[in-house]
Amino acid sequence: MADKKKKFMQGNEACSEGALYAGCMFYAGYPITPSTEVAEMLSVRLPKIGGVFMQMEDEIASVCAIIGASLGGAKSLTATSGPGFSLMQEGLGFACIAEIPCVIVNVMRSGPSTGFPTGPSQSDVMQAKWGTHGDHPSVVLTPATVQEIFYETVRAFNLAETYRTPVIVLYDEIIGHMREAIALPEPGEIEVIERKKPTCKPEEYKPYAQSNGSIAPLAAYGEGYKFHVTGLYHAEDGFPTNNTKLIGEANERIVNKINKNADKICANEEFYTDDAEIGVVAYGVSSKSAKFAVKEMRKKGVKAGLLRPKTIWPFPDKAVNKLAKQVKAILVPEMNLGQVYYEVERASKGQCEVKGIFKVDTEAIHPNQIIEEIKKFT
Amino acid sequence: METVAVKKKKKEKPVPFDYSNYIRKGKLPHIWCPGCGHGIVLKSLLRAIATTGRPNDDFALVSGIGCSSRTPGYVNFNTLHTLHGRALAFATGLKMAKPNLKVIVTTGDGDALAIGGNHFIHTCRRNLDIVIMVYNNFIYGMTSGQFSPTTLPGMIATTSRYGNIDPPFDVCKMAEAAGATFVARGTAYHYGELEKILYEAIMHKGTAVIDILDSCPTYYGRFNKYKSAADMMEKIEKEGTVSVKQADSLPLEKLEGKLLRGVLYNKERPEYTAEYAKLVEKAGGSKPK
Repeated sequence: MADKKKKFMQGNEACSEGALYAGCMFYAGYPITPSTEVAEMLSVRLPKIGGVFMQMEDEIASVCAIIGASLGGAKSLTATSGPGFSLMQEGLGFACIAEIPCVIVNVMRSGPSTGFPTGPSQSDVMQAKWGTHGDHPSVVLTPATVQEIFYETVRAFNLAETYRTPVIVLYDEIIGHMREAIALPEPGEIEVIERKKPTCKPEEYKPYAQSNGSIAPLAAYGEGYKFHVTGLYHAEDGFPTNNTKLIGEANERIVNKINKNADKICANEEFYTDDAEIGVVAYGVSSKSAKFAVKEMRKKGVKAGLLRPKTIWPFPDKAVNKLAKQVKAILVPEMNLGQVYYEVERASKGQCEVKGIFKVDTEAIHPNQIIEEIKKFT
Repeated sequence: METVAVKKKKKEKPVPFDYSNYIRKGKLPHIWCPGCGHGIVLKSLLRAIATTGRPNDDFALVSGIGCSSRTPGYVNFNTLHTLHGRALAFATGLKMAKPNLKVIVTTGDGDALAIGGNHFIHTCRRNLDIVIMVYNNFIYGMTSGQFSPTTLPGMIATTSRYGNIDPPFDVCKMAEAAGATFVARGTAYHYGELEKILYEAIMHKGTAVIDILDSCPTYYGRFNKYKSAADMMEKIEKEGTVSVKQADSLPLEKLEGKLLRGVLYNKERPEYTAEYAKLVEKAGGSKPK
């Protein structure tokens, strides 16, 4: 019997559904392949619920508009791809230092510059972490299926609200355009975190107050609090400061609020890792091939296992380190010329060999390629 | 709220204006140099806001980067100091999420027209209900005096030591061409007139652009041999402009080389948040709050 809730849809559509489920009421974006379907769908759906869809003049305007809307109290989203993501970096940094929740989707396409716009890649993993200048927090989620794009988009909004920070959903063109059957949960079925608002008197409100690592609630403009937000380093009251001690503390705080909660933010799928002798660390579309390869090797009695990070930043150091302790080698297939590979090498701390399987011809990594590499360690 | 300045009658002793409701006293002194006109412009703005009679919480002041963009930090409203050139993009998001907020953007000639030029023309095109105050002092003051998109040819700046060869933008013509529905020019020198213009701009439904001629004695003044801050104001703002009301009765030779002051363009055209509300209705959704 057909399940009513089951739908056949594209990854980008699942992203839009996830955003709506999470309570997104504002989208601003600029057309770009291969992420445009997110905008197209939300341009239809958001007005139906009284939300705002805006097509801006460029990606810089888009990221700034979602931050502005978030300060107006709306959960906000933008979606883009490579070149647009490059343009958004300055705005991303503003959201980090001003601690404004918002969600940015980057559907990875191939190459620097215009590259091959319809071709997939996984080349923006490092940009997602280091793209904006200065030391800043990074929360980046890497779903691997259409269903997971839905869940991870909801989780992205939840993390953004919990930690008052921008969250990036990073997936490749293949998953973005792939169609799979997904189940849309009923309202209330999965948790949606709403923004904490201040309850104190307006004159007592300190938008950047901290005590014991807690994160101050964020008021919306026009609701009585009349506070100040700036991209300059600021004190607890939000106003600029030249005090070097406060500057240092503020920078450490915005980074530590993520890094110290890494265990809560990290999420991994472990597939046959318990007794694995050869490990694979893969994310996004490459993890689909990796999973297939692991299954095939298991059929042949080879103890292969897959660790699949759903959160790529903060990096799952602990899980990788644990895997490195028990395996002879870890393979890292990714559609770039080595990005997560170096992180795996770092987190493995020399406990096993780490080998990358890299590909940038816009064709997905074939399971056989991974199988061949696994065989070399048997 | 007292409507002192706008309806002030001649010879009547002006009632002192209480700024304490509008200034965040603890955040003073400001960063502006002695002789800078920004403080005068701020005075006109606060008095115009007071005249509307609306509470402070109804206003959001949004800015980019530069001297004029420091304005929001000193005043008691919802205030947002953003990225260089991007104030209008942030303001657009905020206004669309909270259409009842009266959003005022304080920006400079470099912030609004160079790095932010794209957002400037597109905000005007949409006719989104935002007031854009361009503090136009013909120079990048905060980075110590480089030429800007409004620096006149021949003028000296730290990056135009042989005289500027870049032709300037006319802020008002650009705003009108891009679709702004209220376009005006004021000066820091004519602060009373500026107050009235700003009041009208705030009450206008749609994009309002005010080109505010302002002086930077520290850089533009020194480089270009103006004797003093007052001398700059006299030459650029007083002698360099003519009120649009007087212009008709003046002979052409008296208008040569002068910029017109006052409301230069004021027209009704569908405003963006109102149009969006209609779109929501068409889509069968509830009206946004």
